[in-house]
Amino acid sequence: MILRSFFVLFLFLPAARAKVSFNDDIRPLLSNSCYRCHGPDEEDRKGKLRLDTREGALHERKGFAAIVPNNLEDSELIFRIVTDDEDEAMPPPGKGDRFTKEQIELFKQWIKEGANYEVHWSYEKPVRPEVPVVASPQWKVSNAIDAFIYDRLKKEGLTPSEGTDRYTLIRRVSLDLTGLPPTVEEVEAFVADKRLDAYARLVDRLLAKPAFGEHWTRGWLDLARYADSAGYADDPERTIWAYRDWVIRAFNANMPFDQFTIEQIAGDLLETPTEDQLIATAFHRNTKTNNEGGTSDEEFRNAAVVDRVNTTMATWMGTTAACAQCHTHKYDPITHEEYFQMFAIFNQSEDADRRNEAPIIQVVGQENAKHRAELEAMIAALEKETLVLKNHDPDVLEKWESDLKASAGTWQVLEPTKMTASSGATFKMGSDSSILMSGKTAATDDYTIIAASKLKNITALKIEALAYDEFGSGGPGRTGNFVINEIELSAGKTKASFSNATSTYDQSSFEAFAAIDGNAGQDSGWAVGGALGQDHHIVLELDEPLAGSELSLKLLQRYPNHALGRFRISVADSAGASVALSAAIIDILKKDSSKRSAAEKASLTSLYANSNSEATAHIKKINDLKKQLVALKPLTSVPVMRDLPEAKHRKTHIQLRGSYLSLGEEVSAGIPKIFGDLTEGIDRDRLAMAKWLVRKDNPLTARVVANRFWESLFGVGIVLTSEEFGSQGERPSHPELLDWLAIEFMEGEWDVKRFLKILVMSSAYQQSSHVSDEMAARDPDNRLVARGPRIRLTAEMIRDQALAVSGLLSSKMHGAPVRPPQPNLGLKAAFGGGTDWKTSAGEDKFRRGIYTSWRRSSPYPSMATFGAPNREVCTVRRGTTNTPLQALVTLNDPVYIEAAQALARRMMGEGGATTGERLEYGFRLCLSRKPNRPEAARLLALFGEAHSTYAADSELAKQMATIPIGPVPSGADVVDLATLTVIGNIMLNLDEVLMKR
Amino acid sequence: MGLGGVALADMLATDVHALEAPGNPLLPKLPPFAAKAKRVIYLHLTGSPPHLDMWDHKPELVKRDGQECPDEYIKGKKFAFTSGTPKLMGSPRKFAQYGKNGIWMSDAIPHLHEVADDLCVINSMTTDHFNHAPAELFVHTGFQQPGRPTFGAWTTYGLGSENQNLPGYVVLISSGVQPNGGKSSFGSGFIPSVYQGVQCRSKGDPVLYVTDPPGMNRSLRRSSLDALRDLNEAASKEFAHPETLTRMAQYELAFRMQMSVPEVMDISKESPKTLEAYGAQPGASSFANNCLLARRLAEDGVRFVQLFDWGWDFHGTNPKEDIRDGLTTKCATMDKPVAALIKDLKERGLLDDTLIILGGEFGRTPFREGRTSKGKVLGRDHFPDCYTMLMAGGGVKGGYTHGASDDLGFSVARDKVHVHDLQATWMHLLGFDHEKLTYRFQGRDYRLTDVHGKVVKDLLM
Repeated sequence: MILRSFFVLFLFLPAARAKVSFNDDIRPLLSNSCYRCHGPDEEDRKGKLRLDTREGALHERKGFAAIVPNNLEDSELIFRIVTDDEDEAMPPPGKGDRFTKEQIELFKQWIKEGANYEVHWSYEKPVRPEVPVVASPQWKVSNAIDAFIYDRLKKEGLTPSEGTDRYTLIRRVSLDLTGLPPTVEEVEAFVADKRLDAYARLVDRLLAKPAFGEHWTRGWLDLARYADSAGYADDPERTIWAYRDWVIRAFNANMPFDQFTIEQIAGDLLETPTEDQLIATAFHRNTKTNNEGGTSDEEFRNAAVVDRVNTTMATWMGTTAACAQCHTHKYDPITHEEYFQMFAIFNQSEDADRRNEAPIIQVVGQENAKHRAELEAMIAALEKETLVLKNHDPDVLEKWESDLKASAGTWQVLEPTKMTASSGATFKMGSDSSILMSGKTAATDDYTIIAASKLKNITALKIEALAYDEFGSGGPGRTGNFVINEIELSAGKTKASFSNATSTYDQSSFEAFAAIDGNAGQDSGWAVGGALGQDHHIVLELDEPLAGSELSLKLLQRYPNHALGRFRISVADSAGASVALSAAIIDILKKDSSKRSAAEKASLTSLYANSNSEATAHIKKINDLKKQLVALKPLTSVPVMRDLPEAKHRKTHIQLRGSYLSLGEEVSAGIPKIFGDLTEGIDRDRLAMAKWLVRKDNPLTARVVANRFWESLFGVGIVLTSEEFGSQGERPSHPELLDWLAIEFMEGEWDVKRFLKILVMSSAYQQSSHVSDEMAARDPDNRLVARGPRIRLTAEMIRDQALAVSGLLSSKMHGAPVRPPQPNLGLKAAFGGGTDWKTSAGEDKFRRGIYTSWRRSSPYPSMATFGAPNREVCTVRRGTTNTPLQALVTLNDPVYIEAAQALARRMMGEGGATTGERLEYGFRLCLSRKPNRPEAARLLALFGEAHSTYAADSELAKQMATIPIGPVPSGADVVDLATLTVIGNIMLNLDEVLMKR
Repeated sequence: MGLGGVALADMLATDVHALEAPGNPLLPKLPPFAAKAKRVIYLHLTGSPPHLDMWDHKPELVKRDGQECPDEYIKGKKFAFTSGTPKLMGSPRKFAQYGKNGIWMSDAIPHLHEVADDLCVINSMTTDHFNHAPAELFVHTGFQQPGRPTFGAWTTYGLGSENQNLPGYVVLISSGVQPNGGKSSFGSGFIPSVYQGVQCRSKGDPVLYVTDPPGMNRSLRRSSLDALRDLNEAASKEFAHPETLTRMAQYELAFRMQMSVPEVMDISKESPKTLEAYGAQPGASSFANNCLLARRLAEDGVRFVQLFDWGWDFHGTNPKEDIRDGLTTKCATMDKPVAALIKDLKERGLLDDTLIILGGEFGRTPFREGRTSKGKVLGRDHFPDCYTMLMAGGGVKGGYTHGASDDLGFSVARDKVHVHDLQATWMHLLGFDHEKLTYRFQGRDYRLTDVHGKVVKDLLM
């Protein structure tokens, strides 16, 4: 990094300068050598002198001032940086190198010119710069990017490179936009496309592919520190992949970046947020959770909040705020207090380092949501019809009433032979066959009752819940109320299905139907709150008559401490008995119809409306639909951000030295002054912060994001330190271009695909990446963009490419993380489960890298070797070092051997009849171009060598051709396949394959 | 630039221009100062051993065994698994003094008695963290959260390694469990991943993917790598990409590693006498084997060997975690091989320039752990305030006890050594100013000791 900055200085400083620029020339010197002791941090400031503001530098103390504009003699700074006196020299011995002659001259010239300060470049709002008008007879200026690039090259006395050939171009742009190489057919089509806009059409096709979202999500997940485990010692699995899928969908749907920002930072605070907007907030639930025994949840909740502040600042503002957690920033104007003002914004969320990751939401998913809406509409329609059915005919009513009277007494009371309770409670049967519970209790309690019945066609079940003085509130629950969450009845292996449930009394939201809806959750059941101390009963109507001598009945009671205390069970085989008749109704039925009051008549009519045969059939239909609704399982769950209610808001204090245990003064929510303020008149919460991040006057977000996109395509950012835009970061190589891009991005409504298209449509991007020795020495990192980009592929791209060219890659998108083959290490995580895993079956073995299960303490080894981070913290830029261990992965990892074997089978099956054709086909699959003659010859020579080895050793050949992929296809020659596997293995290891060029 | 000359020199050779650099970033480098230690063997006892039953002898605590812990010692303090007033617990072990300077050691570690004159025992260690993962990361990276380079990564970053056919930073894990910090406890954080620890194993692939796939023999591997080289070379001329040469060099290194790694990991060629001295058995995966491997690796020029051994978390939740028999059993797996390692290195003339470090991530309480105090098993809780670490060789004083805890072992009575001080001392022993071996990340120069640390001169020879 440092070497680069030397280069930059060397490369970009013209020998003679008109005027010294504070931002370009002076600030880097002051920042690197002086700010540590004479910067923004008051606590460590020496001699009360601060040099980061003009006011501080000019301030006179004891007759001296560090800087007196236009006056070298009186400027103490000049004396101090020049003097040899060890006691007076600056920087003091041991605190840094002395300034060079050239640097001292810069200081002098700057003071002579008035010692003007400027705001650090990245803190000033970008303004749209004028695009230089350039005349470039040799080179096509396709858009503004090219004008800026060309203008700069010309000043350096350089010329851009010619456009690259179409084979290279399609591979480059396909890898860049989708993370996958083009197919042979795509290459052919593009090369043959003679239309003027062939390239633009290709770009549009690529931007529209689903693979686009998968590819760009990878980089975003590095920033979001997304992983499928919670981190720290035991590092348990975490279910949060709905967030990963949300990001993929957002990229593919081309969600504007401002919306993308707001939903992730504060989707939950939007008015009536959608499920998707809540899932988006999982961005900040990717923080680690510490489940190690004996840890303080508050300590690690604080650590998570700190992480949220730092990640937000790094991701959107390109600013390292972490320093200010412990003390006022040494280099940038972010004070200790301001850090905790930002902390205060994130300090109100409900999560608190809990093992269960609360708060979480159940994700219904789009398919399910559609189905649910349909069911709800059908239920609503049927319920409307129920109202119509209530219009009844008096004659029919009379007939119904007499049937009811006849059947009211046909219940057969069951006498249980065996009863068990999961709590271990004791059952006692009374002389009236009622059952009384006593003894042990537990929070939840399931009763199982076995009883014999003589009835051959049981059509209804009745459970009476009976009052009992010695229970709280007089029962029927052991402590007053009870909740029966689900009732199950079976005879032998036949399980009864219930079509309807009626009761003599329902507590609001705990209606009888909930006891047969298939949901045994604690909030779905029948209860009688509001009518305690009385007898009640529930009657369940069976779908099909049940036959059997031994009945087994289960009462599931999952609401804590709400178990039934006294009850009686009966069954009936008469259709008329399938409705619950309360004592009051029975009294009414006993009365002569003429003597009934209006209210009594109404009760009967209402009962009729719900229990005549036509109505019950109708209700059954509704109940069936309701059951289907309950059975709709959520797709997954996801932790989300949710703020505490106002009354429970936490107070935020400055944390001294960054320790959550030593608190300083209380602070209010806010952002550092240097960046202005949150919008007036709205709550100073995450939503306000999100909106501020994407406000047009935010100086950083658009620059930072535009720079990252640039970096991803060109290999190095316009600001090389894409993670640091503050005074310790690098100056942009093309400041005007960066501002132009930032403005273009914002004014283009934050349209990501449009923006990427601008980048790849530039001639600068389409240049050949050939480099002369001279240019390699002069500009090794291609900061001037005098040639096309050339960078190593990321870990995921290397894997995906091998699977793609060999034809193994699955195009299945979304869903739970998958587990491709990895070696068993036989190790456990500390206090946690094994780190080995069972390889996913079928196509899940061959999914894109983005879907690979990401365990923080033991990331997928082959991807980690290629620099994939463990995602414990926000990663802005991955390293691209080359190591011998990488060579071992692509040479020997069974995943790559299997890819080579599949590639061999493809060469054999699709490549043609001759060895030459087959080798050429494999080469084209891997490199999107044909081999030249020497390449073809060298491959053929290797083929010959390998072939003779395998021809002489058929066992060796068989191993190479089949382990791990499996038996050779019928009719295929094992020796040929083994030989082509060796060829495939070498092709997948070619430098040109591992690079984008 | 705010960087020491060393870091700068490293960056010239490694960081950004690794691609252009001849060879690779792990080429050996000299430190800025003359140094005693040339390599490190770090033996981490994961979970943290009960130092009061092994090294720090507290007769007063024994006298007051069973008494309630005085309030002044625990007031306002948090412990992982103890609340209320715990009971003081003197060590049930027998202590005696060994070596010419009378180093105190208990009967749990009889073999270490024999190398007392080589040991540097620090009884005044203190750390900032009392949960395993944060404390472990703290001692290895100088920071309690994951994400920073470990001491091993800093060492290889600063010194490279002497043998390019082996990884420069090797990690060996025993007792079947990863360290608490997972891979972060031997990671490279934000410095290039070429400096991260490489896990080597005595079962399966000794290094992941080092073995040729079934159906590939050495001569075919050689000829296919030759073809790869020719094709890459032609392409690098055709497309004028000088960096391609670096990749070719990496493939050659990989090829050599394929032979040298299995060779060094195979202890079966050691003499029966050596195997017996360590208590090592070819084919097993034990701490004893790993100690022997550490010697072999050090001998072959590996810069940093890191061992992690699980099972030192003596809470008393089961008989294995009892400071009486449980500790005797566990120590038997550690004491003998560590003593053998020290003697072996000494015999081979390697002890003088090999720094050995032994210890956990914190200490254990002078009182009986609250959670398990009603059972029969005697255990101690996590304790950060005062504990013991050991070093040997590599320029540290042998037969030396540094600092002291108070009478009951609750706090440092003399010569406190904070984890950052110990790290500063390690860097010093390797020839670095710990404030100057830095790496710039996100606009800040990071170092192993964060913003703290003072070299403990008394520990040096």
